Amino acid sequence: MSGAGEKQVVRLTVNGEDHELLVRPHATVLELLREDLRLTGTKHGCELGECGACTVLVDGQAQLSCLLLPGQVDGACLTTIEGLADGPVLHPLQRAFAALGGLQCGYCTPGMLLAAKALLDTNPTPSRQQIKEALAGNLCRCTGYAAIVDAVEAAALGAVEAAAQDAVEAAALGAVEAAARTPR
Amino acid sequence: MTTALQPGDVRHRLGRGVDGGIGTDASRPDGTLKATGQFGFSSDLWTEGMIWGATVRSPHPHAAVVSVDVSAALGMPGVHCVLTHDDVPGRKTYGLESPDQPVLAIDEVRYQGEPVAVVAADDPETARRGAALVRVEYRLLPLVVDPVAALAPGAPEVHPGGNLVRHVKIRRGDPSARAEVVVSGDYEVGMQDQAFLGTESGMAVPAEDGGVDLYIATQWLHVDRDQVAASLGLPPEKVRLTLAGVGGAFGAREDVSLQIHLCLLALRTGRPVKMVYSRQESFFGHVHRHPARLHYTHGADREGRLVFVHADMVFDGGAYLSSSTAVVGNAATLGAGPYDVPNVSIDVRGAYTNNPPCGAMRGFGAVQACFAYESQMDKLAAALGMHPVDLRTRNAMTEGSSLPTGQVVDSAAPVAELLNRVRVAPMPPVASAGDAAGPTGDAAGPTGDAAGPTGDAAGPTGARSGATGLLPGGVANTTHGEGVVRGVGFAVGFKNVGYSEGFDDYSTARVLLTGAGGRLMASVHSAACEVGQGLVTVEAQIVRSELGVDEVVVETADTQVGSAGSTSASRQTYVTGGAVRAACQAVREELLARAAAVLGLEPDDPDLAEAELVGGKLLCRSGGTVVVADLVEGSPVERTVQWRHRPTEALHPDTGQGRAHVQYSFAAHRAIVDVDVELGLVHVVQIATAQDVGRAMNPAAVVGQIHGGTTQGIGLALMEEIQMADGKVRNPSFTDYLIPTMPDVPPMHVEVLELADPHAPYGLRGVGEAPTLSSTPAVVAAVRAATGRALARVPVRPEHIVFGDLTPQ
Repeated sequence: MSGAGEKQVVRLTVNGEDHELLVRPHATVLELLREDLRLTGTKHGCELGECGACTVLVDGQAQLSCLLLPGQVDGACLTTIEGLADGPVLHPLQRAFAALGGLQCGYCTPGMLLAAKALLDTNPTPSRQQIKEALAGNLCRCTGYAAIVDAVEAAALGAVEAAAQDAVEAAALGAVEAAARTPR
Repeated sequence: MTTALQPGDVRHRLGRGVDGGIGTDASRPDGTLKATGQFGFSSDLWTEGMIWGATVRSPHPHAAVVSVDVSAALGMPGVHCVLTHDDVPGRKTYGLESPDQPVLAIDEVRYQGEPVAVVAADDPETARRGAALVRVEYRLLPLVVDPVAALAPGAPEVHPGGNLVRHVKIRRGDPSARAEVVVSGDYEVGMQDQAFLGTESGMAVPAEDGGVDLYIATQWLHVDRDQVAASLGLPPEKVRLTLAGVGGAFGAREDVSLQIHLCLLALRTGRPVKMVYSRQESFFGHVHRHPARLHYTHGADREGRLVFVHADMVFDGGAYLSSSTAVVGNAATLGAGPYDVPNVSIDVRGAYTNNPPCGAMRGFGAVQACFAYESQMDKLAAALGMHPVDLRTRNAMTEGSSLPTGQVVDSAAPVAELLNRVRVAPMPPVASAGDAAGPTGDAAGPTGDAAGPTGDAAGPTGARSGATGLLPGGVANTTHGEGVVRGVGFAVGFKNVGYSEGFDDYSTARVLLTGAGGRLMASVHSAACEVGQGLVTVEAQIVRSELGVDEVVVETADTQVGSAGSTSASRQTYVTGGAVRAACQAVREELLARAAAVLGLEPDDPDLAEAELVGGKLLCRSGGTVVVADLVEGSPVERTVQWRHRPTEALHPDTGQGRAHVQYSFAAHRAIVDVDVELGLVHVVQIATAQDVGRAMNPAAVVGQIHGGTTQGIGLALMEEIQMADGKVRNPSFTDYLIPTMPDVPPMHVEVLELADPHAPYGLRGVGEAPTLSSTPAVVAAVRAATGRALARVPVRPEHIVFGDLTPQ
């Protein structure tokens, strides 16, 4: 690793877990999450804060991790997509995106979900226009956004049926278990 | 919790999420993985001992490579190797249709960003710094960046033998036919980028047998494999590809980007090697949509019946061939639009230039032509004093129509119905305050025909107040309604589905049916690439419907099963869907044979042939019932089937006659826009669209494709262009290359028709591309209606609205 002598210590909490990390001070928090902590759910899309794929919550606020340096999150509490669910119980936004076509390729989804969570935490019943404005910084190239707005609205209204969510959760767990068992 | 993804972790066995057979809104089996960050994209791969690759690219669009000095880079601590063309052991070039593109530049670079060397190092930063230390000496060569100039005598040659890639001629009827009303125009389409969110990435892992395993985001595993193997000098079976999660594709992943580079580095170092392009590098790392210049002349009689269409188009293919020949073929064969035209003369030429290579993007040649022929139809309607929809429906193609290629359209072609549906679709509120979308997102308001008799602007919308983002300029608050004019525009288009012009188009599917303790399970395995469109859902739905089994797992796509062809040309649900159904039918044959023995029937007993597979049981009409799990317990049934659609044929080289296409997909759009005519800003208020999909295998996914495709068409109409200057890309970032954001996309009224194509599996029609065609000309027509400007070029820029069309570059 180049520049090893210039590393700095950063203490932060990620998804409820405390970390003390020796990091390159000029690395981005996106790199810290993906490469140092190997939390690859947070995505890289543009390096310039234009696409929103790297959105995480920093002390509850939606922030672009590609524009943050480690020193800016020293002492902070971060939530990434890996910390959005409550154990095996998915967040209503996650259920809604999966069930209502709010994702296709899924690459923008982690950032979109965290931006949406930040919105619902401050405005639990946003209008469609408020959803569009709050998520204007998150690009999606697949969906044309309509199903994303639908999903956020449905999550806000608690409108994703319990039966559907149970099925989705069971499906996901089954698939993850299957993947873990697959040789190679 | 950490989620270090090993290469094998991209092998998600997707299952148990899909509940429902064909025709249902089954949820994606990968949906929850994607919503929880656990889905393994190609950029997420991680394994112990891996190192990172980086690419050295030419800053010049055309130059001789005088020397490459890798010594400084090799001397940098942490750098493992630096490779140039000397290190390519096999074929030193690659390409989709012809291997004309160097894996690494040999003696010349022909476009800005062409790879010259690749570096492997301990970590991404060291790899980037190492790449920056590779010293390349260039000698600049003459440029040709204008495709028309490139085809003129004496132009500098991008490749020996001239710059003409392909010239397709379509000749039908009387070339000198005369018409009472004639309109002509010159149109231009800018270079659009696919702009997928997940940049090029992957990992190559050297194998003990001297081969390599490549985990990659791509659209066509087997064609990647064959190109990689040729350049590595390895037999194809030693190059094994597995699809890693794909962050969007839209055509940009049809060509090889980093596949060969990754494998070269892995085999040289003996280490797993990972690469991830930056966004800037991605703009240089894949092909784009062809920019095009299109000259059209339309002639009609006074009643508005088309007499002739003449078209002359030039497509800029950039520095290498990619799929330009097929793109040019599409523009020619579809170039008169979905209309009956007795006399047609179309010439389409593709040109080599020193611009970035252009190839596949959603719509593939049909998009450029559609913008021009639909602009012409509006111009003709205005000349005739007809409503633009009336002119189109008067000339609309129908089943039984004969295309300019002589090919007869032998399934539904509901062009007029699609247009009439969008014409009468619900209108958005006019001159209302507040949230136009309304609480449900559906535009409310009276139904009826929005446009005046000639498609004129619906009139000033007047001052409005209320929510931001609903006026042109959005939150920039550049107007309170003054200077804002509403306009309405219509367009229709058609796209071929599947490969054309005699290409042997097929897919392969393997279906396995097993039983254990009375539990019936199926798996389906193909090499078809899921890129976001939802093919994995449809594959599972087909198996569920065909075999009456609830539990279906979709295996990860890889090269352990035969080729599925590319995820392109709107073809996978048709072709791989057809293969999955055929494999299920082969499994069913075996089940019937086994059931015959159980029931004491002859194998050819008609009672068996008509049996249904439902709910895990085989039900005979006579009442005989067999539990399928019992039939396969301890003796699974597996069938692998290669399936083809009807053959197509090559075009006649002089006349362009021939049955070139297997199927067409039709869509129509109505766009309503508000334009700030003083500042040149456009707000798309509403889109209404109608499309025939033959059979909606998954209606929710169909609507998702229509929304997404329409949005990319809006982007081409109003904002998306790779801007070139002297062969250099001026805007390789998401700061400067704009794609539609959430507030840019209006509410859409979507109508889906299901008019079965009797030649296709389940009657289905490819869905993905048609929405991208007519959305662009519909939006531009609406802006024309609001402004009175000619607007012959897309994307429309504010200065075109304020000052009129600028001289084409």
